[in-house]
Amino acid sequence: MDWGLLITQVLNGMQLGVLLFLLASGLTLVFGIMDFVNLAHGSLYMMGAFFCATLTEWTGSFVLAAFLALPLTALVGLAVEIIVVRKLYRRDHLDHVLATFGLILVFDTAVQFIWGPAGTAIPLPEWLDGRVEILPNIEFPTFRLLIIATGLVVAIALYWIVTHTRTGMLIRAGASNRTMVSALGIDIGKLFLGLFALGAVLAGLAGLMIAPITEASIGMGNEIIIVAFVVIIIGGIGSIKGAFVAALLVGLIDTMGRSFLDSFLKLFMSIQNAETSAPAISAMMIYILMAAVLAFRPQGLFPPKGR
Amino acid sequence: MLDPRLWQAREWVTALTLAAFGLAPVFTELASQPFILDLIARLMILAIAAVSLNLILGHGGMISFGHAAYIGIGAYAVGIPAYYEITNGFLQIAIAIGASAVFAFFTGLISLRTKGVYFIMITMAFAQMVYFAFISIEEYGGDDGLVIETRSEFGGLFDIEDTTTFYYFTWVSLVAALYLVRRIMRSRFGMVIEGAKGNERRMQSIGFDTYKYRLTCYVIAGMICGYAGALLGNFTSFFSPEMMDWTHSGELLFMVVLGGAGSLFGPVLGTAAFVLLEEFLSGITIYWQAIFGVLLILVVLFAPGGIDGFLGRLGRKR
Repeated sequence: MDWGLLITQVLNGMQLGVLLFLLASGLTLVFGIMDFVNLAHGSLYMMGAFFCATLTEWTGSFVLAAFLALPLTALVGLAVEIIVVRKLYRRDHLDHVLATFGLILVFDTAVQFIWGPAGTAIPLPEWLDGRVEILPNIEFPTFRLLIIATGLVVAIALYWIVTHTRTGMLIRAGASNRTMVSALGIDIGKLFLGLFALGAVLAGLAGLMIAPITEASIGMGNEIIIVAFVVIIIGGIGSIKGAFVAALLVGLIDTMGRSFLDSFLKLFMSIQNAETSAPAISAMMIYILMAAVLAFRPQGLFPPKGR
Repeated sequence: MLDPRLWQAREWVTALTLAAFGLAPVFTELASQPFILDLIARLMILAIAAVSLNLILGHGGMISFGHAAYIGIGAYAVGIPAYYEITNGFLQIAIAIGASAVFAFFTGLISLRTKGVYFIMITMAFAQMVYFAFISIEEYGGDDGLVIETRSEFGGLFDIEDTTTFYYFTWVSLVAALYLVRRIMRSRFGMVIEGAKGNERRMQSIGFDTYKYRLTCYVIAGMICGYAGALLGNFTSFFSPEMMDWTHSGELLFMVVLGGAGSLFGPVLGTAAFVLLEEFLSGITIYWQAIFGVLLILVVLFAPGGIDGFLGRLGRKR
């Protein structure tokens, strides 16, 4: 067994995991509190990446651009909430899904119009572009470590906000009984707006962090958003803790499957069969996991209380 | 229903649209515009898929976001046998319908245990599973897609290599699918399905096992859509897994809702509006998808009931 490869792949899995968590936490909050299904969440992820790409070009600094791109993504989130989403809270899920699918088409086309059909790469500063030796003879890209660290910090901060602050209390209260919260004099509309913008920032953060690795491209959000939905379903819709555990689980299983499944299958299959079936099975693994979770716990692993 | 004296806007539009589709080959022959025939053939194939989605979505209240998977299964059921030079159309269509039924049964078994947004997401995830599975099978083209070199052969009964024959084959299929869905919805079975959409607990308390009824309905819809997929595979002579991507499931939903979910003919009108608008707008601007997006949002916000709802209101005014 190659331990170096194993550790590297665990870290890669964690990096995918924290990215998924950033997306899934916004989705799960918006769904948990507002009962709103937002397919266009992936578009905010894409907007974060493109804003950051252009700002990096203008300012010459990726870090500065990242900090400027976040409020811009929040603004897009606010606009989306005010123009479209707000009118849909009282509708059923089908309407949510259709209208936000419409938003995806609008966003993808808008990006094509502004940035052109080709992807935009984001150059990293030198101090982030290297590799560090994490263990003797095992190197890992600095930037990927930064992604993991950022994700973990955001996770802790979110958990603290939700469990230990007054805003968090309102969020939890809103999740269990919206009507009661507004009867107590809380402007639930503003709470919704704020949460939607927070979700947008988290999605934008995920997008701008992956863009230096993969480059910002049209439709980049459309693939990962489905995986983010798989994450919140496994974790239990509305639960931050569930989103975190499920995101890491999905990130690790996906990465491990892609790198080790063929060697694993070779233990009890012919080499040829293992090599043909491994890619197909590893691509399906997270969906099989979701199906298994739903078959035994239809409400997810950590369903929030009071729903 | 069959007496024209009782017809209102809705029935007239249904009859006239089907008649227009049926007579289209004559006009395109006269005007020598074979391109239009291709457009309508594609439209009718997608309409069959939309009609099948409407069976579970509009009538059954099951919001499936993974219906494009059945189109893929149906198309590969033509493509993969053709790859091994098995071109018997009866066999291919049997495989398409059978494989769709098996897939619908096992995914439905799990999905239908869930409700609301969980159901939307799990159907979508299962479809993505099929999508990724076909992308990673290199033998059948992987993500480059599979070229289907020969169309299905029906033992000399008729030859769908001929454009007009294929067109009428599709037309008959569409009419048959509509008739089938109409018969299903007017049967006792259909009543239970609609009842379970309205109030599932009430249906259960009067003794219906709604889960089994829903599962059956879900499987039937999958089979019809698999059939549409087999037609599409024959029509395009090429199938790429990209056509099963979840955005295409979203487009099918759009067609149903645009035409009017829960009405028999609405999905056909919705598909027609979608395909013709796509054709028209994509000729004008490469940014046509944004117009589609805005239209979709407007339909959701301001036009519940879609085209069929509009026709229904026309009928009432008279």
